[in-house]
Amino acid sequence: MPRPTENPAGQAVEGLGRSVYAAVNDLGALTSLGLSVARWSLRPPYRVANLFSQLDFVGVGSIFIVCLTGVFTGMVFAQQSARAFELFDAESLVGPTVALSITRELSPVFTALVVTMRAGSAMCTELGTMRVTEQVDALETMAVNPVQYLLVPRVIAGLVMVPVLVMLFDAAGIAGSYFVAVTVKGISAGTFLARTHQWLDPEDVAEGLIKGAVFGLTVALIACYKGFHAKGGAKGVGQATTEAMVSSAVSIFILDYFVGVVLH
Amino acid sequence: MARSPGTARRPMIEIVGLHKSFGEHHVLRGIELEVPEGSTCVILGGSGSGKTVLMKHMIGLLKPDRGKVIVDGEDIVPLGPAELEQVRRKFGMVFQAAALFDSMTVYENVSFPLREHSKLPEEEVREVVRKKLGIVGLEGVEELYPADLSGGMRKRVGLARAIVLDPKIVLYDEPTTGLDPITTEYVDEMILDAKDKLGVTSVVISHDIASSFKVADNIAFLHEGRIVEQGPPDAFRRSENPALRRFLTTWFGRS
Repeated sequence: MPRPTENPAGQAVEGLGRSVYAAVNDLGALTSLGLSVARWSLRPPYRVANLFSQLDFVGVGSIFIVCLTGVFTGMVFAQQSARAFELFDAESLVGPTVALSITRELSPVFTALVVTMRAGSAMCTELGTMRVTEQVDALETMAVNPVQYLLVPRVIAGLVMVPVLVMLFDAAGIAGSYFVAVTVKGISAGTFLARTHQWLDPEDVAEGLIKGAVFGLTVALIACYKGFHAKGGAKGVGQATTEAMVSSAVSIFILDYFVGVVLH
Repeated sequence: MARSPGTARRPMIEIVGLHKSFGEHHVLRGIELEVPEGSTCVILGGSGSGKTVLMKHMIGLLKPDRGKVIVDGEDIVPLGPAELEQVRRKFGMVFQAAALFDSMTVYENVSFPLREHSKLPEEEVREVVRKKLGIVGLEGVEELYPADLSGGMRKRVGLARAIVLDPKIVLYDEPTTGLDPITTEYVDEMILDAKDKLGVTSVVISHDIASSFKVADNIAFLHEGRIVEQGPPDAFRRSENPALRRFLTTWFGRS
């Protein structure tokens, strides 16, 4: 029997197996970290100051970039869909189309991506640096649990603030599309608003918020997991951050599909 | 406190038949070690000899496969996380690169254990921090960040943070590695000072022979997972153990 490493087909299977194994392994470790964070979040002392500083960093600090992304997403989307709807005189549908797509899909996905880039990367590098410079060990020797002190506030901040930012993205996106539809494309303001109001239900907004919470929790956990287990100096921290960014982005898209399926 | 290795003092740390493996790698193979109260014990050994692993067992960061770790009269091996936290309050640890929290000022770093584990009012915290920084020979640095300090100063702040809760035991992880000779001397003085002023039991892990002979009451030589030789520096120097002779000649050969 030829050894798998000498056979190209065998190599491919081996490589695939190895990445599946690594993915399953990571998923298991991530779940157990999530459970540990949940357990430690219930135990006193409650570190309110740490939590607020993370809420501020993840949430308040992302307002500007989330709104900016939202406005332009809404504008581009209104521009493009107006061109398409013009072909069969259905411009009145621009408002609802944009509003539904934004609240249900684009807003949670884009918000989570923005938070990943801005806050997730910072979380991962900060925790990674603390790990490789023994600051995490120092906490432990001072009888302070590092999961409770460092991870709990960050994960809660992701879980709570991403849905809040999703709401801002919704508002900014619809405002952006209104601006383009009404002032550039000349659709009547009354039609835009009435049709949007007619088609958009609270459930659509809620779906986006639920997705936001799931994504927020996931990206914060991934950033914490990768940073917390970084090793090998500056290079290791860089590698951990790259892995965290890639895994978070991919997870957002995969979860988007599955959360959508579960909700319907 | 006078150096008197001869007099019988009660052991602060006692390690009995300690074994630890990582996978196939049998790192510690039956460690026997006693650190008397108020003395300084240096654990000397080459890179990869398991010094850090041994130290992590003392503070309960690692659990042994076999054996006992007795700290202040209590075997810490069977303890759960909450009880271990109590045990850890008896320790202060000084890390190789100081491991100060770089997002906090010197004052916030040194006061951190106090805020976590005591309910002292602000002015008392300030007073304790000022006093501990005084012991390590620093003043007026409270508002600086770790990045603003030199390597030797950072180690001093690390020691101030380690002793802020008045621990019984101070652990030093390779305190002189990577320092220039002047700073090494400065750190050696700091270790001796801490012992004299606070009467703490100290454990130093090191591969720096010169500095070990200077600060130690007892030296233990860790080789291939066992303590192959231990004793006061003078007796240690005369040891016939071949592995130790080889280790020592690298330094004596040079000087």
